Amino acid sequence: MLAKLFVKCQQCGTTHFYSFFKHAYFVCSRCGHHFRLDAPTWLKQLCDRGSFQELDGNLKSLDPLGFPKYESKLAQATQQTGANEAVMTGVGEIDGYPAAMAVMEPNFIMASMGSVVGEKITRLLEYAALNKLPVLMVISSGGARMQEGILSLMQMAKTAAAIRRLHESRMPLITVLTDPTTGGVTASFAMLGDISIAEAGALIGFAGPRVIQQTIGQKLPEGFQRAEFLLEHGMLDIVVPRKNLKKTIVTILKIHRSRPYTRRPQYFN
Amino acid sequence: MKELDTTMKTALDTVRLARHGKRPTTRDYIDALIDDFIELHGDRRFADDPAMVAGIGFLEGIPVTIMGQQKGRNVKENIRRNFGMAHPEGYRKALRLMLQAERFGRPVITLIDTPGAYPGIGAEERGQAEAIAVNLYEMSGLRVPIVTCVTGEGGSGGALGIAVADRVFMLSNAIYSVISHEGCASILWKDTGRTADAAEALRLTARDLKELKVIDGIIPEPDPGAHEFPAETARRLKKTLLQTLRELLEIDPDALLQQRYMKFRNMGIFANSAGTIL
Repeated sequence: MLAKLFVKCQQCGTTHFYSFFKHAYFVCSRCGHHFRLDAPTWLKQLCDRGSFQELDGNLKSLDPLGFPKYESKLAQATQQTGANEAVMTGVGEIDGYPAAMAVMEPNFIMASMGSVVGEKITRLLEYAALNKLPVLMVISSGGARMQEGILSLMQMAKTAAAIRRLHESRMPLITVLTDPTTGGVTASFAMLGDISIAEAGALIGFAGPRVIQQTIGQKLPEGFQRAEFLLEHGMLDIVVPRKNLKKTIVTILKIHRSRPYTRRPQYFN
Repeated sequence: MKELDTTMKTALDTVRLARHGKRPTTRDYIDALIDDFIELHGDRRFADDPAMVAGIGFLEGIPVTIMGQQKGRNVKENIRRNFGMAHPEGYRKALRLMLQAERFGRPVITLIDTPGAYPGIGAEERGQAEAIAVNLYEMSGLRVPIVTCVTGEGGSGGALGIAVADRVFMLSNAIYSVISHEGCASILWKDTGRTADAAEALRLTARDLKELKVIDGIIPEPDPGAHEFPAETARRLKKTLLQTLRELLEIDPDALLQQRYMKFRNMGIFANSAGTIL
């Protein structure tokens, strides 16, 4: 594949050898731009080889509203990405630590959340609650999926409620927010992590920058809605460069592995 | 509008009614429904948001906490109320008062009328997404009954942020949608002339939502709509709220929470690879 020999950074234009670039975790060595990764690449980067087992990979979107061109859009997304929906969920091991995992597919209709994404996330959280597994989510999303209308909006309530179930079994949710994380996904499970990590430079927000600019009719400040901006405003725990991400996640999993004080707090009864 | 039968109404007609300038606002409904209402203010963190009104009072002798987004009646008031678009402070005030209601065993009523949560610089800086997300999370575990009615516009996450309830109703000319039909037409088709198509495609009327099993019931407005008969609309709303609350107040909190969880858990339409619709 000739196309895979070189890659050009979308941000600074530098050309990289693909093989070197891959070993640099798909981060531009010149400007630090973090490229968007698909779910299989993320899983390869994070999971121990051969440990990941997919769950609910058979769920498929329908066209519940009969929305114009939705069916062809789904077919096209499947063809382009090789994925059958905008999130992949399953269980795997990270340096030997088991975790339930969800990774979004940024190129599948902008990783928007419709019924299937909501259902897969919810089932994963319920599975983790039942089996006492910590949950790791690598998130990116354009928001709720317009083509499923109000049903997409309701997935926000559904996934947020399922995180409560996870907490009732005292398991943590670790979120990794990647570029871009916006809309209904940010306003539900993405902002409910016990520990929120973001990738450097990631756009994270409720409303998209274009909508905000149209609403207020003035230019947005430099760095607005970027990960560093959110960190400064207290909306994130840490911003981590991709090369340190796995190490950070492993440490967090390790800290949550044992519970020195076992008395159950009363607030959940 | 008067000669139109409700079945003849297009989605865009309903949108226009839902946004009608004379449509009763949240405060109008509160004044009609609640005795001895005391408005409570502030999120105790940053500010008081005039786009969200909340307080305590009696619904036919039952103490309740009631809240909703507040639009203005004229330009001046709309500027103060930010056209019913709340900032994070609004959602945090709502949550503070819901937790207070839980503490004192009071049921919660929420009335929805907003174009959406405000998309602005300050709102993003102070965590609009986080405020809404936390409300969804907390409401799913609130140990008192919650009843919601979409009275006007149910604009996306800004509406849902106070609408995770045991029972959700809509007035017959209200709308509830993941995105405005204008936003949908502009994002999806890059064509602001196709708003009527978008309004149809989004299935945002009360009847659509009932069919999709997202709401529990429709409260019919007298023709041609709530703007002509505010008192009668409020009377019908009150009747439904009372009947629903009396029913919910009999349910144990654990059962109530389980039912609330399953209510939202079951929303969504999809298939497995065998083609079975789940």
